[in-house]
Amino acid sequence: MTETLKPETPDQLCEAVRWAAAAEEAFEVLAAGTKRSFGRPVEAGHRLDLGVFAGIGLYEAEELVLAAGAATPLAEIEAALADKRQRLEFEPPDLGPLLGAAPRLGTIGGAIACNLAGPRRIKAGAARDHVLGFNAVSGRGEIFKSGGRVVKNVTGFDLSKLMAGSFGTLAVMTEVTVKVLPVAEETRTVLVLGADDAAAGKAMSAALGAPSDVSGAAHLTAPVASASGIERVAGAGGAVTALRLEGPAPSVKVRARAIGDLMKNFGELDELGSADSAVLWREVGNATFFAGDDGGPVWRLSVPPAAGARVAAHILDGIEGKVFYDWGGGLMWLALAPTDDGGHGVVRSATAQHGGHATLVRAAAGVRTRVPVFEPQPAPLAALTKRVKEGFDPLAVLNPGRMVAGV
Amino acid sequence: MLMPEPDGQVLARRGDIVAALRAMVLRESIIVDEDELRVYESDGLTAYRQLPLIVVLPETTEQVSRVLAYCHQAGVKVVPRGAGTSLSGGALPLADAITLGLGKFNRILDIDFANRCVAAQPGVTNLAITQAVEGEGFYYAPDPSSQIACTIGGNVAENAGGVHCLKYGLTTNNVLGVEMVLMTGEVMRFGGKHLDSGGYDLIGLITGSEGLLGVITEVTVRILRSPETARALLIGFPSNEAAGDCVAAVIAAGIIPAGMEMMDKPAIHAAEDFVQAGYPLDAEALLIVELDGPEAEVAYLIETVEEIARDNGALTLRVSQSEDERERFWAGRKAAFPAVGRISPDYYCMDGTIPRHKLPVVLNRIRQLSARYGLRVANVFHAGDGNLHPLILYDANEPGELEGAEEFGADILRLCVEVGGVLTGEHGVGVEKRDLMGVMFTEVDLKQQQRVKCAFDPDGLLNPGKVYPTLHRCAELGRVHIQRGQTRFPDIPRF
Repeated sequence: MTETLKPETPDQLCEAVRWAAAAEEAFEVLAAGTKRSFGRPVEAGHRLDLGVFAGIGLYEAEELVLAAGAATPLAEIEAALADKRQRLEFEPPDLGPLLGAAPRLGTIGGAIACNLAGPRRIKAGAARDHVLGFNAVSGRGEIFKSGGRVVKNVTGFDLSKLMAGSFGTLAVMTEVTVKVLPVAEETRTVLVLGADDAAAGKAMSAALGAPSDVSGAAHLTAPVASASGIERVAGAGGAVTALRLEGPAPSVKVRARAIGDLMKNFGELDELGSADSAVLWREVGNATFFAGDDGGPVWRLSVPPAAGARVAAHILDGIEGKVFYDWGGGLMWLALAPTDDGGHGVVRSATAQHGGHATLVRAAAGVRTRVPVFEPQPAPLAALTKRVKEGFDPLAVLNPGRMVAGV
Repeated sequence: MLMPEPDGQVLARRGDIVAALRAMVLRESIIVDEDELRVYESDGLTAYRQLPLIVVLPETTEQVSRVLAYCHQAGVKVVPRGAGTSLSGGALPLADAITLGLGKFNRILDIDFANRCVAAQPGVTNLAITQAVEGEGFYYAPDPSSQIACTIGGNVAENAGGVHCLKYGLTTNNVLGVEMVLMTGEVMRFGGKHLDSGGYDLIGLITGSEGLLGVITEVTVRILRSPETARALLIGFPSNEAAGDCVAAVIAAGIIPAGMEMMDKPAIHAAEDFVQAGYPLDAEALLIVELDGPEAEVAYLIETVEEIARDNGALTLRVSQSEDERERFWAGRKAAFPAVGRISPDYYCMDGTIPRHKLPVVLNRIRQLSARYGLRVANVFHAGDGNLHPLILYDANEPGELEGAEEFGADILRLCVEVGGVLTGEHGVGVEKRDLMGVMFTEVDLKQQQRVKCAFDPDGLLNPGKVYPTLHRCAELGRVHIQRGQTRFPDIPRF
């Protein structure tokens, strides 16, 4: 019978993990559970609910640091930061709606465990770049910590990086400490209208190669742009390439003009102010455009930015679907027509040819069991991955199978 | 500093090991003569010296792989080495270990402006990467002060920082790909030209692993477009507290400068005597704040920072009016270590990080310790991110002074941890801070880190005696103690 254990202290959490190890049982680890369908279906008989490990423990705005229970809702953290005109610079997306869950329920621990990052990834880094330290319970049932509360820290192995993106397969984080940064005074978005994918790739590359400090570079193909909630984007009547500038008002004004000059040969231009920019970039980060779809497969590909358009063409030649680009072309979101393999065959052949990696973010559970959700690894790397897992969770108590079968 | 007991059997087999290596690399790539080995006896932390068993200087990944596979099979330890600029003894040789120098890996392999990245061999210097791309207006952001000499492979191994990492991040935030040879000889490639490799973030783990996990043979880094302009403010304060308050106020105003450096009075005087940068000699503390970006932004922020500095009691304030003047402001800070080297026969550079607001408390305690140990100290400080570099002045020829400096340094690092900071911000643990790891970590924490090493190097042959104070066998670390048939605790709520 499936039970959900809800430990109230780190010691109880240890006890639960030790019991599972002894009884040869395993846990699906979750807090809000908004991303339960992200990854392979976990092969576990029980659930470990971390909901109690919530709440902001320390927030020193002038030190640019915040520590919170892993299950603290991002919404709560973002509200506290907004009060001091600060934010999580990695712009954690809210994938809830895309994955069929309610919006704004995701937790800081979940964002870190999945190493999420929004459009500002190209400038500010991903979740991995903002975790300063954590407390956790390993799959061995031991409480340990790594890192600290300061940014400059090279004391011992940087296990925070390892926790970010491990999908709860190594240890159960109870508390995380993250770096926070000031909110930009103003945001403007330069829009380039009607560029095809290849031209947009060149436009984004030019913008990111200019000294204008672009903090978001996305290209929405025509069917995707038409789904935007921003009228100037949806009503543009074709593809929209968006370039974001953030900073002090006088600087943003000058830089928007410089980027406009640079872009004028790529298409007609338009511009969004702070409020509309906020909405548009949230849509891009959250892949909102694909949230209302029928639940068909959605892929997220990270590739060399200049290869973006070629990778998309390769895939969409083989299978029907929609695409939009973020990270200057280096990140692609693809919504594909449902097939038995969710598009696995054609997507993997594209990354094999062009480099990068692909993740099947959304698909029916059957598909996620049949095909690898994460980029398959060459045998030596897969073996190393397994050894790292065994170093933390030798008896596979935590989220077994979530990333790779048998890990 | 106690290093692991040399393995007598390995020492006795030295001739056989040399003969075996000759089948793998060119004859001139193997150094066996004592005179030539002496070059490698220490790194930037010259207080510790040890002749290596043999030095090998391979030229290809294939050679590195063969050498490591042989050492793995023959049970010979290996110490990887780049330019040997480590300040923590990370490349300190072991009597029974091969020092594997990557100096011949000195080529830039790929410059890719469309993808804004550079792939280089590990022996390429940090500065050479910027030099290779600056013609097109790009640069590589992390800039450790040894950038003219230190290598990109060493930067990755140590997660090097620099004065601009407040705004642009450390090495770890700028690496896209790594090729690494494991101790078994297996060649692994992580990442590439894309962001966030799938699977576990092994690049993030390798960065800063101090040569304990593998030998890096190729690195791909991100390059950035150089800012249009950069200007600096040079601000003198009547006290460390006032300077510290100014730093906090700048951040509170939502400004993240490209660099924000602080020096205390002894450091100001040493630097001014050395390079005549025009520093205010009556100031107790000096701040250099650099702002970069488009001209309009820099002008606006300079004005804002000026106002904040005056509100916080600045005694003197100058804004650089030319590139030349900006560089002069920095000249003193960049030369702070050698400047201190001029006023003392020897100095010992510490590298703790503290929560920024603890600075006045920590500086006062350092002053007290300085009096107690009878050793002078000068402080330079990456003020924006709390990374403190106290330079302890001593004379190694005076009996007991080196030991005193080491004890003083250890006290400073304990103090850093006590106020919520860490043992090392950018120089690494190496051998220098190895025995202080227990101040920051529990035995469980340290064992968990070492289990990660076991995944890469199960026999503990790579750079042993560094970072971790106690060596455990992987078999022991891997053991799980479980009690079967344990009752299912009634206290944990279930649903």
